[in-house]
Amino acid sequence: MVNIILYTAGALIIIGMLLSLWRFLKGPHIVDRVLAFDVMTVSSIALIALIAFFNNRIIYMDVALVYGLLSFTGVLVIARYIEKGL
Amino acid sequence: MENMIDIIGSLITLLGAIFIFLGSLGIVRMPDSFNRMQTGTKASTLGTILTLLGLGIIVPSWFGKVFILIMFVMITNPVSSHTLARAAHFVGIKLSDKTVSDILADDEKNKKEE
Repeated sequence: MVNIILYTAGALIIIGMLLSLWRFLKGPHIVDRVLAFDVMTVSSIALIALIAFFNNRIIYMDVALVYGLLSFTGVLVIARYIEKGL
Repeated sequence: MENMIDIIGSLITLLGAIFIFLGSLGIVRMPDSFNRMQTGTKASTLGTILTLLGLGIIVPSWFGKVFILIMFVMITNPVSSHTLARAAHFVGIKLSDKTVSDILADDEKNKKEE
């Protein structure tokens, strides 16, 4: 029962990531692409946590933490670059 | 009893996944960059927090690391969204037709007149 509900949650997160990938490919402006990238990264933190539960390894949570840190830095740098140049 | 707690935690995780899905749907459907930013960031932040919280309820020995991840997402996600919205405003992205007010643009106009 628990596994079925968690698999459904993972499938919903993957469908959401595919939808934001569509906006990432199509988006009319750079801001839309960066926004879609940010949403994809935040959903993939949840997906990595689900994978850590399925494989029963807590070390994957550290991967999610470092991934979120890198994405945060990347979005900040790109936003400053769009606003006034590096 | 323990099984009941597991089911409650997995239902919370499912609720978070539904929030993430709805946020991504809003990114596809919304008419404007700023509307997309609002729905994407708010819904996906809440969805990630609920997903991690449900996993922390299912496996209580992971709760420390899950709590660290929740605090991290709560701090960093609004900061990056705010910086991105500020950059989008100053680079001159057009608002949609249904916009009622743009207070930041009005403030800048008043400052120039002074």
